[in-house]
Amino acid sequence: MNAVPVIVGYVLREALRRRVFAVVLLLTAAFLVLFWIANHYVHGELGRLQVPSDVPVDARTFASAFLSGLALFATMFLGVVLAIFLTLGAVRGDAERGLLQPLVVRPIGRSTFLFARFLGAISVTVPYVVAVDLIAVVITGLTMHWWPDRIATPALEVAGAVAVVTALSLLGSVFLSSTANGIAIFMLFGAGLVAGLLGTIGHAIGSHAIKHASTIASYLTPFEALYQDALRQLTESTSGLTGFLLQLGPFGGAYVHGWTVRVWALAFLCLVGAAALTAFRSRDL
Amino acid sequence: MSAALAVRGLVKRYGSVTALGGVDLHVAEGELVGLLGPNGAGKSTLVKIACGLVRASAGDAEVCGNRAGSAEARRQIGYLAELFRFPGWMNADEVLSLHQRLASSGGGESERTELLELVALREARDRRVEEMSKGMQQRLGVAQALVGSPRLLLLDEPTSALDPVGRRTVRRMLEQLRERGVSVLLNSHLLSEIELVCDRVVILLGGKVVSAGTPAELARPRGIEVETNGGRRVVDGTRDDVPRIVSEAVQSGEQVYGVRVLTSTLEEVYLEAVGGETS
Repeated sequence: MNAVPVIVGYVLREALRRRVFAVVLLLTAAFLVLFWIANHYVHGELGRLQVPSDVPVDARTFASAFLSGLALFATMFLGVVLAIFLTLGAVRGDAERGLLQPLVVRPIGRSTFLFARFLGAISVTVPYVVAVDLIAVVITGLTMHWWPDRIATPALEVAGAVAVVTALSLLGSVFLSSTANGIAIFMLFGAGLVAGLLGTIGHAIGSHAIKHASTIASYLTPFEALYQDALRQLTESTSGLTGFLLQLGPFGGAYVHGWTVRVWALAFLCLVGAAALTAFRSRDL
Repeated sequence: MSAALAVRGLVKRYGSVTALGGVDLHVAEGELVGLLGPNGAGKSTLVKIACGLVRASAGDAEVCGNRAGSAEARRQIGYLAELFRFPGWMNADEVLSLHQRLASSGGGESERTELLELVALREARDRRVEEMSKGMQQRLGVAQALVGSPRLLLLDEPTSALDPVGRRTVRRMLEQLRERGVSVLLNSHLLSEIELVCDRVVILLGGKVVSAGTPAELARPRGIEVETNGGRRVVDGTRDDVPRIVSEAVQSGEQVYGVRVLTSTLEEVYLEAVGGETS
């Protein structure tokens, strides 16, 4: 296991040198500036927001929570982009380029190598996601004078969602070339979003079958389930119709939640990790 | 002699394609063995099985008494892949330092300096890989393979990108390694190179060993060239026939200026073994 910090350091330096960080930081800065502008203008419009008299919705809470949900999604998206770019060619891509062979013939073990790649990627993505989410919360808090019911847990859950995507990307990298893996993981991420949208449609039209399909799809893509749980926690203490409306994110609402989601996501992460290790160990390079 | 590499009945199938069809190979401690064969003969597959990158379908391979691919076996080897690349942003010193840490080599800076000197890259120590020529990168690859003082060196086409001077550098390095007792399995298409440095040659064709032995054992007698005042001629015979041939020439009044025993070159032996096959 002495090789783990060596590989983690290698991954981090590679990311820095390939300017992945620079691109993501630039995108992040652009997002945060746009998010601040959005908060600023929405705050200015709060007084003019027309809320139906029969709907007991607090306009400030509604607007702020919706903006926070949007920020949560954007943070997860940027984290997923970073995770995919750090891992999409970890095995087959690097093997095809001849980068992998000199490393794995060293007496470090393939399991150690893959674990270190995972650790290297999440040591970047988890702090990144948590930091961006907290900055977004502060922007909304200072601009809109509203703070979510939970601050740390949603950030950690979205970071967990990104960790799940990281593991999936590593598993994909064992079988697929870099480009194919990148496309596959983005499509899988998109499928997760569809699960959330399905839930919204199911609730809107009152279809039990569609809601059921959405729940199954969310569990099959646990990063989406974690995102939904994080979304729900932004307004966990808000009840009634306001609470229901606030659980609507930009790509679907929060319909699966609780400890079951978190435990399943952890189990899923372990299963994906085990599958990736097994596949990598038996792969000819 | 104990074996640095012992391969018995090694088979490797990729789906319906048989890359190795029961290969036996033995590389003794301190021995330099050349692996020859046309493209697709199974040379790279054999080397990859020896260093644990590819799993054998049947048979077994051992490195210094350890199952090939095991951590203990990988501790004993240095490997240069046919197609390899180092991260372009690293400099030569950083590449070697990374491999030192992965190989748990305690050689430190002195080992890196020695290796860079060995492959004539000392001046390029701080040069980034992306700023190096292909030949320099290949020499750096050879240096990387030597990190941690391996007992068995597996070199897959180590001189394919080198100019004649670079090839001579690698050749001298191989001779030095042999003096130090390092075993080498050298996979190369450059027959002259194999002939110059290798103790033994193994020729693979279609995943099987078709010929093996020392260059001298493999060479076929092609007659005796006699240079006299009457000109040059080639007569049938072997080294043992030289005294008789010279004596007969002198008795018949000829003046003998030179006699040379002719044998087939490794290229001729190779072409004969593979039947001119290529892919």
